[in-house]
Amino acid sequence: MAVDRQQLEQRLIEAIQLTVNGDKREFGVPSHFTLLEALRYVLGLTGSKQGCDKGDCGACTVLLDGVPTLSCILPVQEALGHEVTTIEGLAEGDGPHPLQEAFDITGGAQCGFCTPGILMSAVALLSQSENPTRVDIAEALSGNLCRCTGYTKIYEAIELAAAAVREGDTAEDEDGS
Amino acid sequence: MKLEDFRGKQAESAASEQELHEALKREFQVIGQRLRRTDGIAMSTGAAVYTDDIALPGMLHAKILRSPHPHARILSIDVSTALALEGVHAVVTGSDMPHPYGIIPWARDEYPLCFDKVRHVGDGVAAVAAVDENTANEALELIEVEYEVLPYYLDPEKALADKETPIHDPKKPGQNGNVSKNVHLEFGYVDAMMMQADVVVEGEYYFEGTTHTAIEPHCAIGYFAPSGKLTVWSATQVPHYLHRELARVLDLDVATVRVIQPPVGGAFGGKSEPFDLEFCVAKLAMITGRPVKILYTREEVFYAHRGRHPMLMRYTTGASRDGIIKSVDAQTILDGGAYESFGLVTTYYSGQLITAPYKMESYRFDSTRVYTNKPCCGPKRGHGSVQPRFAIEVQLDKVADRLDLDPIELRRRNLLDSDSRTVNEFRVTSNGFEQCLDAVEEASDWAAKYRNLPYGRGVGVAGSCYISGTNYPIYPNAMPQSAVQLQVDRSGRVAVFAGASEIGQGSDSMLAYIVSEELGVPLDYVRILSADTDLTPVDLGAYSSRVTFMCGNACIDAAQKIKQQVQQAVAEEWLCRPKHVKLVGGWAFNALDTENKMPISEAFNQAEAKYGALGATGSYNTPKDIHGSYRGGTIGSSPAYSFTAHVAEVEVDPETGFVEVQKIWIAHDCGRALNPVLVEGQMEGSAYMGFAEAIMEEHIFKESGLHNAPSLLDYKIPTSLDTPEMQSLIIESVDPEGPYGAKEAGEGPLHPSIPAIANAIYDAVGVRIDRLPFSPPRVWRALEQRGEGERAGEIPPWKNERG
Repeated sequence: MAVDRQQLEQRLIEAIQLTVNGDKREFGVPSHFTLLEALRYVLGLTGSKQGCDKGDCGACTVLLDGVPTLSCILPVQEALGHEVTTIEGLAEGDGPHPLQEAFDITGGAQCGFCTPGILMSAVALLSQSENPTRVDIAEALSGNLCRCTGYTKIYEAIELAAAAVREGDTAEDEDGS
Repeated sequence: MKLEDFRGKQAESAASEQELHEALKREFQVIGQRLRRTDGIAMSTGAAVYTDDIALPGMLHAKILRSPHPHARILSIDVSTALALEGVHAVVTGSDMPHPYGIIPWARDEYPLCFDKVRHVGDGVAAVAAVDENTANEALELIEVEYEVLPYYLDPEKALADKETPIHDPKKPGQNGNVSKNVHLEFGYVDAMMMQADVVVEGEYYFEGTTHTAIEPHCAIGYFAPSGKLTVWSATQVPHYLHRELARVLDLDVATVRVIQPPVGGAFGGKSEPFDLEFCVAKLAMITGRPVKILYTREEVFYAHRGRHPMLMRYTTGASRDGIIKSVDAQTILDGGAYESFGLVTTYYSGQLITAPYKMESYRFDSTRVYTNKPCCGPKRGHGSVQPRFAIEVQLDKVADRLDLDPIELRRRNLLDSDSRTVNEFRVTSNGFEQCLDAVEEASDWAAKYRNLPYGRGVGVAGSCYISGTNYPIYPNAMPQSAVQLQVDRSGRVAVFAGASEIGQGSDSMLAYIVSEELGVPLDYVRILSADTDLTPVDLGAYSSRVTFMCGNACIDAAQKIKQQVQQAVAEEWLCRPKHVKLVGGWAFNALDTENKMPISEAFNQAEAKYGALGATGSYNTPKDIHGSYRGGTIGSSPAYSFTAHVAEVEVDPETGFVEVQKIWIAHDCGRALNPVLVEGQMEGSAYMGFAEAIMEEHIFKESGLHNAPSLLDYKIPTSLDTPEMQSLIIESVDPEGPYGAKEAGEGPLHPSIPAIANAIYDAVGVRIDRLPFSPPRVWRALEQRGEGERAGEIPPWKNERG
């Protein structure tokens, strides 16, 4: 029995090429691996969390070409050819992303376990809408369960970040850049 | 860069002259400000390392084989085939860890793995460590367990009536082994006062079980070094108790065991005692010499449970015609599940904690906790007192209705004073409940809405109180409940070593605010190292809302010792009085001459030159002997009580029975808000969690003993779209013994949500829903029943809108 199993596993190891946070990565994984398992166990990107492993809680949310995606139920092969962005790839340059900054200011993260997933959903929202209403935000986050905050401080954070991004854009326009 | 240059840089970023003048006028510099957390950016960038994010070299993964039966005797276990599977490194069963454990020292009734009987579906029977999870799972299927299936109990009333096959051996011969605990206490003359009452309201309430549902599943890693030292990383909220229990159960010298608690992804009471996975990773690590990790599946989290006890509560309340509470009689059956857990405390709490914020002339409770063959219940946010709070606050609403009194007015007429005693002799000091009532009344526009909103819409009010920790620890000892050690670096950095458990509530940040306030260092100069039993002094854990009060006081104690040394050393240099040396905003300065100042690091260096290395320990212990002298009088005795009032506004769809909670106004007396952002976060999170229990959550079991819905899809917790708007109103009564006057904020604000919503449903549509949750079928049936009465002319249409 053990022999069969070994042969089976050898057959099922696959070489994967994946673009994660702008880096092209190559690695081998058992073919049953989900994107979340590849990120956490192979690439060491542990920012994306496993809360249920069934696609129910949203803690594993990453962006696939900018679209929020549940990495715990996505076979890793399905991510091939797509740009994967995780929480670790959110900040650009020398400081946190405006959403990360805003969550810190309003107390949007308490235990922080749902936070990476919520931030990825929020990034996708702000890329679609520069001035989302509370209803827009609630809808965008409806696939991400938070058990600590009651969501209010998360709404405040996203509104604050949206305003900061709008002001930043205005400042850039005024600079003529 | 030379030290002097650093100092120059520090001076640039420190407070300006103007700011120092302003600082002198303020009572606090840091406390009360809307500040960031110390760990906020780590959490929002994915940098925070939770237990499951840790991978150690050579780490094995373990899984636990769980019982498919609710009640069975284990006749034999054969692990030989599993052990022979390639990739399997070790298998353990109950006989490998034969000492029982339990959070209450005199009620230890669990084993790391069962060896005589299983008592609920999901009880652990064997554990396998293998190269990966898949291999471990495969090995579980190769373990052969022979069971003798026994009759089982799911209904506590049946378990009470029938003791043929008790779940546990009777505590004394002849007793029912299904009774976990009975408490009967009477204060004053309940029957006589009930006879004198003008109004007597009787009600039967049922609080359905609910569970914590932290988004992080339980996870633990064990490592046994060749030196004989065991290290366990665990997502626990009680590292100190885990430390003790690991050593005791595994027969190890406690000095050779280290428990490290990484950041915890939510707990809410669900991680406040040892669990099977911690013993299993430790034992398997000891056998294999390799690090071993167990991560519960979400299903295992539901079976581990320790959540809210289902309670059947029969209440009788007597009041005078002017609304004064004369007498309260409470008969409660608690469904405890398979084990003891904190059950003794829960049983007391179910009666002890409803005696404020109202005066009661007499009070009696009889609470019986019963074992059933279901996952064990335990402490969930508002331990043991959320259920009776639902009953008593709805009872008061019914009394007000009978007397045609505004329910806020009824509560005002029964206010317990500050600096008083409850009917069960608890000492109450600061009490801001009246201000809480005022705040929610005004913010919700209560007077315009109560009984005045159109049919289908309504408002309800409820109040509550909660402990800020308990005066007596879980295991009796005279040592401090909390301690902090500070270490000052020559750069100006202050390291805080504290046993307190950061579980998302912000306890690390709270300690940083205190150090910053006392020693004048910027917040980012404070490093928090918490909950590592090798490095940090003992704190008993993040439960019973004790951390801010106790660890905060310990931290102030430590910081003030260093502050005095710094003031003394600098005063000698400046030839001024020590009390005039202020430590604020990165400076030591002379309060009488603000131009006379030095960077805080230089002040620390002066003190170090005078006294030697700068460091201090501080501790806090609770007041003792301030409780009643009756047996059980210690349980619920707290150094301070928080107070809360809610108003909930609902809209009920009369066609479907669907209740939409539109808004909850939350006023909470937290003594003093050390950081209002974090206090509001606790208030909103609490109110949300109460709302969830009121409207959605049901931790229930099928006839077979299987969990009805062990997934986050089927066990309904609110999404963003379900959660009502919430408004936090902080009330500061400034407690005489709390740190800067602070009391708890993490659990109290949950309590009134449920009765406030129940009372609002009554205001909306005239039906009482005395059973949780307030689901559409239940509300609809009540509306149908009322409709029949209205059509028959037995009762008038509610608000003249129906009939």
